[in-house]
Amino acid sequence: MKYLYFPGCSLKGTGKAYDESLRAVFAALDIELSELEDWNCCGATAYANIDETKSHVLAARNLAIAEKQDLQLIAPCSACYLVLNKTQHALREQEQTRRVVKEALAAAGLQYKDSVTIRHPLDVLINDVGFDKLAKRVKAPLKGRKFAAYYGCQIVRPYATFDDQYNPTSMEKLLKTAGAECVEYPLKTRCCGGSLTGTLPEVGLRLSYILLKEARRRGAEALVTVCPLCQFNLDAYQDKMEEQFDMPILYFTQVLGLAFGLDPRELGIKRGIVSAEAMLAGGR
Amino acid sequence: MLQQNIKYEESRDPDFARWATEQTGGENIRRCIQCGTCSATCPVSSYMDHTPRQLIHLAREGFKKEVLSSFTLWLCASCYSCRVDCPKDIHVTDFMYALKRRAMAERVYPKRFPIPVLAQEFSRMVQWFGRVNETIVAAVMFLRTDWFKLLGQTGLGLKLMRTGRLSVFPESIRGRSELQRMLKAAEASKEKEVASR
Ligand code: SF4
Ligand code: SF4
Repeated sequence: MKYLYFPGCSLKGTGKAYDESLRAVFAALDIELSELEDWNCCGATAYANIDETKSHVLAARNLAIAEKQDLQLIAPCSACYLVLNKTQHALREQEQTRRVVKEALAAAGLQYKDSVTIRHPLDVLINDVGFDKLAKRVKAPLKGRKFAAYYGCQIVRPYATFDDQYNPTSMEKLLKTAGAECVEYPLKTRCCGGSLTGTLPEVGLRLSYILLKEARRRGAEALVTVCPLCQFNLDAYQDKMEEQFDMPILYFTQVLGLAFGLDPRELGIKRGIVSAEAMLAGGR
Repeated sequence: MLQQNIKYEESRDPDFARWATEQTGGENIRRCIQCGTCSATCPVSSYMDHTPRQLIHLAREGFKKEVLSSFTLWLCASCYSCRVDCPKDIHVTDFMYALKRRAMAERVYPKRFPIPVLAQEFSRMVQWFGRVNETIVAAVMFLRTDWFKLLGQTGLGLKLMRTGRLSVFPESIRGRSELQRMLKAAEASKEKEVASR
């Protein structure tokens, strides 16, 4: 199996551990990831505040480059995943966007014929690799560990492609395959505050606080996420909250990697600001 | 208090109401039944001056000044809850984007307010380098809004450095000039569309 890989800016910076653990897990499963040639920033939520058409142009450049190879495109960051999907929808539905983007691409000698499939790594692991194969690879099941599976907004909304929009369950199944338990977590698709945590901390922090408080109340030892911004908000600002939870925030790829018996160093476990080591040592 | 809630016919701007329905996300606002589902599901509505439901009604009635100067636009975290829960399939999140763009174009947002500044700096960096370095964007945002707050971030900076998550060198794509050509072409093509209308 082989995929194109669009890491996005966060995975090159604050979300490094996501990049590391994703690469390690895919390598352990003999899946080849080929980083998209000279990819550019997807524009995230910020660029659409400035110029709508240009935000589509940014995303379309990546899609056009991806189309040159006949491979599906993996986008692990929720914002990238959403933005790429959104542009694909806009190109299909809005004639004017299609025209302008076409001209812009042509200015760089590019074209896009709408043939790229955008995938989230969670989707790929569950639907392309499958639970049977994953279970066979598990060497160090995370017995007794209790996690809250947290999806956040943009992976299921507004375009639910591989799971239910209101009650997604794919991550829970994956974590169970890794040997862990999952607590009931009704807030699993509630917003973490997104970029508000950086811009209006009094609002953003409150949203993150609610998520952690509920995870703790439900008995979770760690919260498992699929998005670099959620990870950052929930991990980096815990000491600024009115209550100290000391709750590690892991990526689902890190959890899977641990269950595969991979070296925690390879999975970026030490990159958490709230350390996960005590929690993990307690279980093994 | 009561007086503030009274709206006068003369402050309505029909051009703005029309403009609103022509935006991405605004196409269906006339269908809104004012049920309030969006406001109920919105995680930040309790901080807003106008709830999403109110904002939609104000916009389609043409209360331009109130809509564009509303704090609500800037609080929207783009979580898309309202959009998926709306019974009339109104794309509230996209409509918020359209309103933010208009507010920025008309420069009606509080000075030194971090949210539009973040969007501007982020976009500038994408246009320039093709990629974004979160550390630099955040630092510039604080410098332009409240540089004193930057000092308050040093603890966080140190923690990120210790865990190897802080990068201070901007990455750049090879196709920078190509990207800039594309953005220029988009601009030109859009202007052409507007002129031909
Ligand atoms: S949920 Fe939809 S129909 Fe109901 S008030 Fe909001 S925008 Fe209007
Ligand atoms: S997208 Fe914005 S307005 Fe809609 S529910 Fe989320 S934060 Fe509220």
